[in-house]
Amino acid sequence: MIEKTVAELSAALASGEFSSVELTQAYLDHIERHNATLNAYITVCAESALAQARAADAARAAGANNPLLGIPIAHKDIFCTEGVLTTCGSKMLHNFVSPYNATVIEKFNAAGAVMLGKTNMDEFAMGSSNETSYYGPVRNPWDLERVPGGSSGGSAAAVAADLCAMATGTDTGGSIRQPAAFSGITGLKPSYGRVSRWGMIAFASSLDQAGTLSKSAEDSALMLNVMAGLDMKDSTSADKPVDDYAATLNDSLQGLRIGIPRQHFAEGLSPEVEKAVRAALGEYEKLGATLKEIDLPNNHLSVSAYYVVAPAEASANLSRFDGVRYGYRCADPVNLEDMYKRSRSEGFGDEVKRRIMIGTYALSAGFYDAYYRKAQRIRRLIKDDFSRAFQEVDVVIGPTSPHTAFKLGAKTDPVAMYLEDIYTIAVNLAGLPGISIPVGTAAGLPVGMQLVGPDFAEAKLLNIAHQFQCHTDWHRQKPGALGKEA
Amino acid sequence: MEWETVIGLEVHVQLSTASKLFSGSATQFGAAPNTQANIFDLALPGTLPVLNESALAMAVRFGLAIGAHIGKRSVFDRKNYFYPDLPKGYQVSQLDFPTVGKGQLTITLEDGSEKVIGVTRAHMEEDAGKSLHEDFHGMSGIDLNRAGTPLLEIVSEPDLRSAKEAVAYLKKLHSIIRYLDISDAIMAQGSMRCDANVSIRRRGETEFGTRTEIKNINSFRFVEKAINHEVRRQQDVIEDGGRVVQETRLYDADRDETRPMRSKEVANDYRYFPEPDLLPVVIDDAYIEAIRVTLPELPDARKARFISDYKLSEYDAGVLVATREMADYFEQVAQATGDAKLAANWVSQDLQGLLNKHHWDITESPIQADRLADLLKRIQDSTISGKIAKTVFEAMLDDTASVDSIIESKGLKQVTDTGEIEKLVETVIAENPDQVQQFRDGKEQVIGFLVGQAMKLSKGKANPAQVNELLRAKMGS
Amino acid sequence: MALDKSEVAKIAHLARLHISETEADEVTNRITDILALIDQMQSVDTDGVDPLAHPLDVVQRLRPDVVTETDERERLQTLAPASQDGLYLVPQVIE
Repeated sequence: MIEKTVAELSAALASGEFSSVELTQAYLDHIERHNATLNAYITVCAESALAQARAADAARAAGANNPLLGIPIAHKDIFCTEGVLTTCGSKMLHNFVSPYNATVIEKFNAAGAVMLGKTNMDEFAMGSSNETSYYGPVRNPWDLERVPGGSSGGSAAAVAADLCAMATGTDTGGSIRQPAAFSGITGLKPSYGRVSRWGMIAFASSLDQAGTLSKSAEDSALMLNVMAGLDMKDSTSADKPVDDYAATLNDSLQGLRIGIPRQHFAEGLSPEVEKAVRAALGEYEKLGATLKEIDLPNNHLSVSAYYVVAPAEASANLSRFDGVRYGYRCADPVNLEDMYKRSRSEGFGDEVKRRIMIGTYALSAGFYDAYYRKAQRIRRLIKDDFSRAFQEVDVVIGPTSPHTAFKLGAKTDPVAMYLEDIYTIAVNLAGLPGISIPVGTAAGLPVGMQLVGPDFAEAKLLNIAHQFQCHTDWHRQKPGALGKEA
Repeated sequence: MEWETVIGLEVHVQLSTASKLFSGSATQFGAAPNTQANIFDLALPGTLPVLNESALAMAVRFGLAIGAHIGKRSVFDRKNYFYPDLPKGYQVSQLDFPTVGKGQLTITLEDGSEKVIGVTRAHMEEDAGKSLHEDFHGMSGIDLNRAGTPLLEIVSEPDLRSAKEAVAYLKKLHSIIRYLDISDAIMAQGSMRCDANVSIRRRGETEFGTRTEIKNINSFRFVEKAINHEVRRQQDVIEDGGRVVQETRLYDADRDETRPMRSKEVANDYRYFPEPDLLPVVIDDAYIEAIRVTLPELPDARKARFISDYKLSEYDAGVLVATREMADYFEQVAQATGDAKLAANWVSQDLQGLLNKHHWDITESPIQADRLADLLKRIQDSTISGKIAKTVFEAMLDDTASVDSIIESKGLKQVTDTGEIEKLVETVIAENPDQVQQFRDGKEQVIGFLVGQAMKLSKGKANPAQVNELLRAKMGS
Repeated sequence: MALDKSEVAKIAHLARLHISETEADEVTNRITDILALIDQMQSVDTDGVDPLAHPLDVVQRLRPDVVTETDERERLQTLAPASQDGLYLVPQVIE
């Protein structure tokens, strides 16, 4: 039963085929068996999960029947969960039991979802391989020698390996879409402001967005129905009507105009990935869509601009980790400065420190205009590129990542790692919704394809992704590595 | 060598909102440590700010009161530095786009002349917490109750030329803020704080000298002392052939001196950038006008009205409008008695003297405006004399009974019974034959002495006009 | 733009990070590499382009001035590395 999609599980629970307690126990057993190998979870909440499952079964017996009632979920360890360890993948928060819930957590709790635990991630979501976690790397269930992508690598691996039915993630520069691509699942980053950031530990405030990692676009729609919406506690949360994302999944794609950005099919793209993506585009043509080449002329500047904006915001966002009110404090500080410097140097990993340094430098006196303001201007150019494209097409489609999952330890050079996100980063800078869906394999590893829509066009994106999944079964492919490990 | 002093003040005022600038925590003064610090104030990860609408309205109110440009689009920025009383590691403030832009206010100098002082800007920002340095085994204790309390930082132009002008400016600012009711503005409690930027230059020079910033000045009196001390120090430095170093200095009231702050040794690089957790604050004309119509009459306008409507002197009017409460008190008494001059004298002299003696604020006065008016009415209708009224006023301090019953019970009522006064007059005439003769011989001024004798005899209760009249009649003038 | 070790030390101090002598070269080189990536931005002329601070073109919402929080000191201070008498303790603060 654990391999089923949320939509299928929901129907099975509704028909009484099995109970939420049975389902939850099945996931817990599977986690017990495989988490040591995958390292997808930092914390497993067996007891509270079973209690939530019992409550869901009781609610169902009393007549409740919402789509996520009793469905087991995993949450990225970036979401604050009351009474549960919330580490953000960092030693800095190795002892942080959050006293409050993120809005996203509250919403899933209210919908009756069962929280199995908290998933591993790159430290403070800074990474594209899940190797920067204080809790160790996550392994890709398709090939245990490979990374699952990052930073939501634990959530991606957990969904791919059926260690949960669905998972939350966050995406600042590709952190949902890229691990979804590497792990052969569906990953949706909604428009900036669609989902509340309250209780989501900030990396880069103007880029961060919570989203979904799931086994199908339909499941993402069911999740987004729960997550989306205005939150008065988050000034940047959007006051826009929330669609019923499941209602339009089956709309026809006849006449759909797809834009193919030349810059996403350029040098550096692996031929196998290109082949799979082009085949998927052919599939859309069969469904009545037309393809049109478009330009995103400033795309090549997105990584540069991102590595100013994100570290600058992060350098300030991470100043609160000072060893005073919570979290890690170094042993026996000799004075105040020593407490700050050692707590932060011992509590943060190398990549986090590097980005704090870059951000601090970019904001420091004399460099602000050359770096931060310049990056914001480029951000405008990038947003304008997309706005122009969306005057001609309904959706922009290309590869999610230039290649499939790489080997653990293969990328030691930070710059090489940063360039991993060359197709995804511009979407965050522009605040647009994007989704990655599996569209094939290359040498036994999943290939992801990214669909990008205009502001708040999540319903349309999910419709387009779902239609592909109705006519193909790439999203049904299962990783094989776990069977072979022992 | 003749020196000119150049001073600019940065005044921080705690806005008297119920809750904090960006969170729903209370802002009460004097609460037990950290009982008003919620998850946002403690900068727990994942928490986010939402702007308090009253804080914004108060800032705009202030801006309108000083005729300032109101920023229709203001932007919050992060000012980054590490300090244990700053939980987020940055202070949310406004750098390039403050809510209140250029404005001005007028101060009155000692010689009675007026001077316009420019206000560069006033921006909203968060207050920090407090570090308590009592010894916790070599540690400091941090109380974050104050962290996140809304502040308005009001920055003046370097238009002030003496410590006295600085104090006059600060008092004027205080008066306006109290009139607007946007802050308690109590310096001793820290709800109004003042940093002074001080430099000196040779008279006639147009360039400014190197300035120092003096912090920790927590009373009007210390503003004057701290500035004067700093001016002398800078003069000594230069006259000894040295150069003033741009630095932050702390005023030590106990020693009456300033000294450099150690924690600010390394020049700070605050790395300001737009706060990405907040969006631009946009207000329109309708918003501004809705606030403008609620503005009270401000001290300058009120002073002008007191002079024209009540025919008060420039000086009396100035004293009476110094605080809104004092002006309200005066107006209530003036209207109830219909005699503004009488009311002004009593409020600015007798009442003010009483308040000064006991270090009371007018709101703490045991004698309310309606009771003072009752007292003055008894002078007006000749129930008591002005002199007796002062005795009644003293009695009213401890006695909450009505003015009339105090007069009654103490037997202070003026004697107006013609029969009784006749007896007094006859006694005085009988006892002072010499003076009576002098009067009859045409020495008019003797009447004063005789009236005084009669008043003395009546223990002040006789109506002096009546006594005067009867004396003259009896002595047959 | 290449950085030297003293600039790196200055930035580390601003960010309150400790970088040991042995790490200094490595950190300096890495940051220099990243700055080279960032400097690609300088290849495009952005004169006259309005900076975009935020993808949402919306304005700040206001919160009613109401106290919604209660005293949670006891619960929240269990998270603190060091506290006494309701205060958070840190090494002596010198002004």
